[in-house]
Amino acid sequence: MLPDNLKEHPAAVALEAFDAEALKGGKFDYNELTLDIAPGKIVSVCGFLKYDQQFVRLSSVTAVDRYPAEPRFEVVYHLHSVDRNQRVRLKCRVRGEDPVIESVTSVWRGANWYEREVFDLFGIKFLNHPDLRRILMPDEWEGHPLRKDYPVTGSRV
Amino acid sequence: MSDSVEGIPVQVAAAPEPAEDGQPQTGPRRMVLNMGPQHPSTHGVLRLVLELDGETIMKCEPVIGYLHTGIEKEFEVKTYQQAVTLTDRVDYLAPLSNNLGWALAVEKLLGLEIPPQAQWMRVMLTELTRLNSHLVWLGTHAIDIGAMSVFLYCFREREEILKIFEMFSGQRMMTSYFRIGGLALEPPRGWQKAVKKFVDSFPAKVDEYENLLTNNRIWIGRTRGVGYISLEDMLDLGVTGPMLRAAGLKIDARKDQPYTSYEKFDFEVPTRTENDVYARYLVRIEEMRQSTRIVTQAMEGMPAGAWKADAPHVVLPDREKMKTQMEALIYHFKIVTEGFRVPAGEVYQVIESPRGELGYYVVSDGTAHPYRVFMRTPSFANLQCTGKMVEGTLIADVIAAIGSMDFVLGDTDR
Repeated sequence: MLPDNLKEHPAAVALEAFDAEALKGGKFDYNELTLDIAPGKIVSVCGFLKYDQQFVRLSSVTAVDRYPAEPRFEVVYHLHSVDRNQRVRLKCRVRGEDPVIESVTSVWRGANWYEREVFDLFGIKFLNHPDLRRILMPDEWEGHPLRKDYPVTGSRV
Repeated sequence: MSDSVEGIPVQVAAAPEPAEDGQPQTGPRRMVLNMGPQHPSTHGVLRLVLELDGETIMKCEPVIGYLHTGIEKEFEVKTYQQAVTLTDRVDYLAPLSNNLGWALAVEKLLGLEIPPQAQWMRVMLTELTRLNSHLVWLGTHAIDIGAMSVFLYCFREREEILKIFEMFSGQRMMTSYFRIGGLALEPPRGWQKAVKKFVDSFPAKVDEYENLLTNNRIWIGRTRGVGYISLEDMLDLGVTGPMLRAAGLKIDARKDQPYTSYEKFDFEVPTRTENDVYARYLVRIEEMRQSTRIVTQAMEGMPAGAWKADAPHVVLPDREKMKTQMEALIYHFKIVTEGFRVPAGEVYQVIESPRGELGYYVVSDGTAHPYRVFMRTPSFANLQCTGKMVEGTLIADVIAAIGSMDFVLGDTDR
């Protein structure tokens, strides 16, 4: 359902008309639009925003660990429309146990490295990703450093 | 490695298996050439795995991560003010751009009002940083292609800029000069003279570089038509900055989403349409001239007044006041020992760094430490198009093509 305060944002209204089930909520603060998307619908939502709403650029994909809350992870997408000079943030909440979400590389090839980074640092798997392996950490590394239960300092004994 | 989630099989690609003798698998006529991570033209520790058929590149895979230092994790244990020093070290050729992005993001969360002098000073110094970064790019790019002398000229001017930074902050490179709430120190006495001396002489120096390169037949031969990649591919791969502008798309965060009073300055956003290494060179040369214009305007019209915000709980008090006022001393103690609290929320602050879109995504949970900081660095996204750009071209053109991207590996790996 579209919250009342988002009724004046065309991208949110269009998305609601496109797929009301995909849009779980959202907010507008600090002059930035955030939309909560159902994780299962992320690819169709991104495709709609790219091809129908001119959000041609994917700025970044990242994640936030809300440990110990559940669903634990937020996968965050920043989209940019050059024509409309607008940005929108999409957010999918993913559970902590074996986190997985569909890859958006089929919509933007540029998502490839960003999703690899999220996989590397958070351990979130991306379905249908063409080349899902670590990107920043060494291949044989254990653990995912940006998780909140991963220590900042210290060594394994 | 594979398993399934809710009945859907999940494939996790494993690292490619080397053959028995430890060498990567190659086809009958293909040769795999490893360029980097220590190669003079990769400007840091970028590794390119090139698959060659003769001299033609069939496949190019950039390998990054050699300079990953976990800066994003380190943000989470620093206070907001301490974290300024981390941002310098991300893109070490444009430290002030990173200081600015971070400061703006946190100030947005705090709702701080920044006095005009601090804003204009930020504009002036960020543009000097752009010049600094472009000069290093031009010098190293030219030396990669074989024009030795340009490097010496560029570093001569860069030295002048670094002296200005040193005058302001006491540091040549890791300036940490933009703090949350304004500037770190009062602008030094006589800065106008130093900046004026620089901007008065600099346009003639840009002419000098152009004399050496723009109509140089070897330069044109090595760069024109090289490193082409279509605008659609660039948008799809997330490329930003001068590369996008050299493909004809007028996109610049300073104009599109003005920050720190850029809207008050008169400057052009240069674009070209040829979309090759030569066009990117011309765009950056013109950006140097435009940045000089901005610096001149900022210097001439610098507003008087405060250089830090009136927010005692965030901004460190003057040294004078600490010795005479109890309150100032208490604020100083609190800010230094436990930092200041930032209201819960999240912002994505975009600025135009010399390399493209630099975004700071800051999530606060209401404590004195950032909950999560993500840096959308332009080098990371720009590097992703390397494969697309060089596949099918000759190996000698790789050097020119990656030089035209102007990446910094610290910015890529964080």
